[in-house]
Amino acid sequence: MPLDAYEPTVFELDHKGEGRIWFSEPEGTSPIDELLPDEALRSAPLDFPVVSEPEVVRHFTRLSRKNFSIDSGFYPLGSCTMKYNPKINDALSQLSGFTGLHPESGQDVSQGTLRIMVEIQQYLADLTGMAGVTLNPCAGAHGEMCGMMLIKAYHDDRGDKRSIVLAPDSSHGTNPASASMVGYQTVELKSGPDGCVDIEQLKNHLNKDVAAVMLTNPNTLGLFEKNILEIQRLAHEAGALLYYDGANLNAIAGIARPGDMGFNVVHFNLHKTFATPHGGGGPGSGPVGVCQKLLPYLPVPIISKEDGTYTITRQSEKSIGQLSTFFGNVGVVLRAYVYMRMLGLEGIRSNSYNAVLNARYMLEQLKDYIPPELDGDCMHEFVLTLKDHDRFGDLNTMAIAKNLLDRGFHAPTVYFPLIVKEAMMIEPTETESKRTLDEFVDAIKEILEEYKTNPDHVLHAPHQTPVRRLDEVTAARKPELVYTD
Amino acid sequence: MDFIPHTQEEFREMLQTVGLENPNDLFRTIPEQLHNPDIPFPEPMTELEIGDLMNAAAEANRGAKMPSFLGGGAYDHYTPQAIPSLASRSEFITAYTPYQPEVSQGTLQAIFEFQTFMSRLTGMDTANASVYDGASALAEAALMACRITRKEKIAVSSSINPHYLRVMKTYLDAPGIEWVEIPCSDGVTDIEQLTSMVNDEFAACFVQNPNYFGNLEPVDQFRSAISAPKCLLGAVVYPHSLGLLKPPGEWGAEIVVGDLQSLGMPVQFGGPFAGFVSCKQKHVRQLPGRLVGRTKDADGKTGYVLTLQTREQHIRRSKATSNICTNQGLCALMATIYMSLMGPNGLRQAAEMSVRNAHLLQKRLCGIDGVNLAFDKPFFNEFVINLPMPVESFVDTARELGLLSGIRIESAESPEKDGLLVCATEKTKAVDIDFYIDVLTRILE
Repeated sequence: MPLDAYEPTVFELDHKGEGRIWFSEPEGTSPIDELLPDEALRSAPLDFPVVSEPEVVRHFTRLSRKNFSIDSGFYPLGSCTMKYNPKINDALSQLSGFTGLHPESGQDVSQGTLRIMVEIQQYLADLTGMAGVTLNPCAGAHGEMCGMMLIKAYHDDRGDKRSIVLAPDSSHGTNPASASMVGYQTVELKSGPDGCVDIEQLKNHLNKDVAAVMLTNPNTLGLFEKNILEIQRLAHEAGALLYYDGANLNAIAGIARPGDMGFNVVHFNLHKTFATPHGGGGPGSGPVGVCQKLLPYLPVPIISKEDGTYTITRQSEKSIGQLSTFFGNVGVVLRAYVYMRMLGLEGIRSNSYNAVLNARYMLEQLKDYIPPELDGDCMHEFVLTLKDHDRFGDLNTMAIAKNLLDRGFHAPTVYFPLIVKEAMMIEPTETESKRTLDEFVDAIKEILEEYKTNPDHVLHAPHQTPVRRLDEVTAARKPELVYTD
Repeated sequence: MDFIPHTQEEFREMLQTVGLENPNDLFRTIPEQLHNPDIPFPEPMTELEIGDLMNAAAEANRGAKMPSFLGGGAYDHYTPQAIPSLASRSEFITAYTPYQPEVSQGTLQAIFEFQTFMSRLTGMDTANASVYDGASALAEAALMACRITRKEKIAVSSSINPHYLRVMKTYLDAPGIEWVEIPCSDGVTDIEQLTSMVNDEFAACFVQNPNYFGNLEPVDQFRSAISAPKCLLGAVVYPHSLGLLKPPGEWGAEIVVGDLQSLGMPVQFGGPFAGFVSCKQKHVRQLPGRLVGRTKDADGKTGYVLTLQTREQHIRRSKATSNICTNQGLCALMATIYMSLMGPNGLRQAAEMSVRNAHLLQKRLCGIDGVNLAFDKPFFNEFVINLPMPVESFVDTARELGLLSGIRIESAESPEKDGLLVCATEKTKAVDIDFYIDVLTRILE
């Protein structure tokens, strides 16, 4: 089947028959009508389709082929760190000794998984210079919320009521949203002309009502906050804590530590820096590291090593409480553990060097064709802009993105950070070859050239994808969220 | 250079291209004093070595091999092989969130089908594309109810999974939303108490069916027992049971949450699992997390996109319905494949066999002197028993003998009144039940 052929929904494949017998009748058991009262049962049969296994397999295989993925091509999404996900991580996390372990089995018979959790907590703490780590948050935003709760618990515990979080206008949307989850109000710090935190602005906004300053470093413009030591001094002098959004840790892991920069709370995205797969939107894992004075507030359960035994502690007096049903996305943690042990510190540092070099290399090749928003040394990602209408005409960032899809590349992150008009944020990661980077640069040049001769074709891309541009406006105005016959 | 393609030569060449001599110059914008931190870290390992290490760790999880009667929110149901085979395709696993819909139709259509399955399963109009787990689904639903009703008080039955309640408490306490627990009577929600406690100050009242003790709640009574008409009825469900049980849409629920793990995912020490929130159409704009909608492309062809995104953090920032971004998409895909494969009758069979095995197990356990069913209520595939000995020491001794016998239900009154929550599924084998009886008999002797 061609990739652009309509794939019916699984509901359209319905045979309306009996379907397959999945289980034999267990001997010695009673029929269901003797066990459960009638009024508890469904009155009408469940309206699910009856589809054979070969049809189900073909349906989902065909769907999978309509997806772009890291394994099929270059995926330079800025701030998303779409690096290669080693196969061994998946395979070893799926050993039956891990997948078959029930979370209520008891610590004595769960020592293998608990050991890995304790060790990776230590590695993450050491890598970032923090005193302790929790693995309970299931994703980056969950980690941010956890971090905000820790900060709130710390201030509250001291009888210090604070209500404001400062975050740059270039920050991820999850930052203000996570602050809101704990009832904090976010005040945006306007970025300075150099794309970094404006120290004077910061000074003006810091007061005894500020609970935290949330930063991404390197920031979403791909720049290292060069005044970070001054920022931390000012924030701490005002009694605020400093929060590190770990989305961009891949630039500096093993090179410099957020803890040494004065950050009090750090979240990690294991699905970015530590190469666990994104799964089409998750599951991720968002561990949180804290400095010494925040240790008492960490969420439960706490996994630690006591007298040679890996233990689960369910209660802790000042803890913010529990964040997930059991221990978070342990299967993701296992994958990240395999990755970290294989790389060692040397490998993690090497990732940072190569991630930054690849970004610098691409920026160097592209800057004469599409200018960067700002000059300056980029770290692992950089932001270009097509805002110069005199130069680019109607050719906008969206068009470039869609034309890249036609050429077999995933698009960069577009229209983010919000402070850059016609933004295109490119993060190549360390796992791409020079050949791939060169091909991508050539593709951009081709698109710019083609626009001169065939602007309509370029502006109406994509043309080669399973579907073309989709009507998102009608989708939102008249939402069709489920299949109806 | 394990996963880095560049040779040293290429590295140098590229460094020159960007005008640098020394690789450390790549980091020259980082203040000097931050460079070269002293980081203790174990030596790198080869793929062969890490394999040995992980195999040894997996072996050390002795619990993974024991006959298990554990449930309590994580269930060992049968996973058809087609699920891991399909869900491990790298086109699904190594894709990002479907922000470029033209090259993400596989993920998007699968989520659309997931939303449809979940709405039909629960008797709601739609469902979101997943949240972290069942507990966070309950917490998000409580916040959602507060937004819908503009009230800041939540009632929950104390028969809801205690892990879910603890997580909800964490989520609600931070922004200062009040919540109360409705007590139980004989292992189900006390309806009289519910009526007297829940008034029009409450945004929602949440109940769980089957509840944490495995008992079936008096679901048909809840809606009429809540005297405040604007207070929403929320349901926590065990999706697996809905192949058989009456869906909450038929007993007045307007928001339904639960964990998808029972639909084709292993227990894997509690995660990744996935939560879902389904609801009536009128509440859809208050849903947290992603939603997929069906639409047309420029040529009029059917396609799928993320929609109603103005609810979400990347657009609305501090005013978003939730901060959630990354969810549990791959788990939702697994549940979608599970429901596609099993069909209505397969799901019903799995639920029926679980119930039948559980009742057989209960009958045999309660055939032993001094072992009694704690509650006189119909139950699904889990039930609570009382033992003629302290439950904690029974559980520990049974574990030493190689049996995961159940989860201790702590009594508020005294350890003697502790219960043991025991679970069976369609996978429970007769020999495992025999083993349980043998262990129980030996320990009681």
